[in-house]
Amino acid sequence: MSNVVSALDGQVAPGEVTVRELGLRGMITLRGDLSSRKLQNICKKLTGVAFPKQGGVASEGDKGLAWMSPDEVLVMVPHAEAAPAVAAIEAALKGEHFLAVNVSDARAVFSVQGAFSREVIAKLAPADLHPDRFKEGMMRRTRLGQVAAAFWMVDEETFCVICFRSVAEYTFGLLKASAGAGEVGYL
Amino acid sequence: MLILRCPYCGVDVDETDLHGGGEAHLKRFGPGSTDDEFHDYLFMRENPKGVHFERWQHSYGCGKWFLAARCTATLEVFGTYPAQTTEPPKEVVEAIKAKRPNWEVL
Repeated sequence: MSNVVSALDGQVAPGEVTVRELGLRGMITLRGDLSSRKLQNICKKLTGVAFPKQGGVASEGDKGLAWMSPDEVLVMVPHAEAAPAVAAIEAALKGEHFLAVNVSDARAVFSVQGAFSREVIAKLAPADLHPDRFKEGMMRRTRLGQVAAAFWMVDEETFCVICFRSVAEYTFGLLKASAGAGEVGYL
Repeated sequence: MLILRCPYCGVDVDETDLHGGGEAHLKRFGPGSTDDEFHDYLFMRENPKGVHFERWQHSYGCGKWFLAARCTATLEVFGTYPAQTTEPPKEVVEAIKAKRPNWEVL
């Protein structure tokens, strides 16, 4: 087996807000009827978290479920479990109209942690990140600078950011620069 | 700057996250139609100063197409609704009429 490495091999930019590449994570794009009991059950079984509502996310460690669109959910599992998880989904949804693809190696995952992590993201994304509007448990797909990305809050001071692997370096640089520039003091 | 609410995601989305798709509620004229009808379908578009119905794609988000009613002069948004709608929904028409009493559905 080849030695799998993540895009930036766990690079860290320490500071008041620390940007950290979180390494490999198993991700499965699952499209289908999200109201299907079978689909919800297999997702819950694989991740151990509740099935998210519109615009929601639930995560615990490496595992999680994120609502991506009305017919798409992102299933997150530890990297080594991604292939067996796709097989499990295919077995569970046999006969239904669905699509499950292992996209683990097409993605990069970052954590942005610190007191003003909210502002680090707010400076880069055209999304409303006011504490009253963006809360824990919400998933937002938007862009950071010039690239597509999605993020959610793990806790009050920590964001988890995902983007395409091909733009991992750009995204890391962007987050690092935004964190390094300091707090705005607005949010 | 234009901010539209994606009816699928339920979030307010900035124009830079969206992709514009031109006029909404066009009737397609394909094979079997006359040249004039096909010409009009292909090229003739409304270009009003005022209320306009448009197609937008939430390209950086869910990727779905939706429709929006807005004023081209003031950028006021009257409502957004799913693309699987053949004519402006009642609540959007009412919202427009509340603000633009002289406006009529074409």
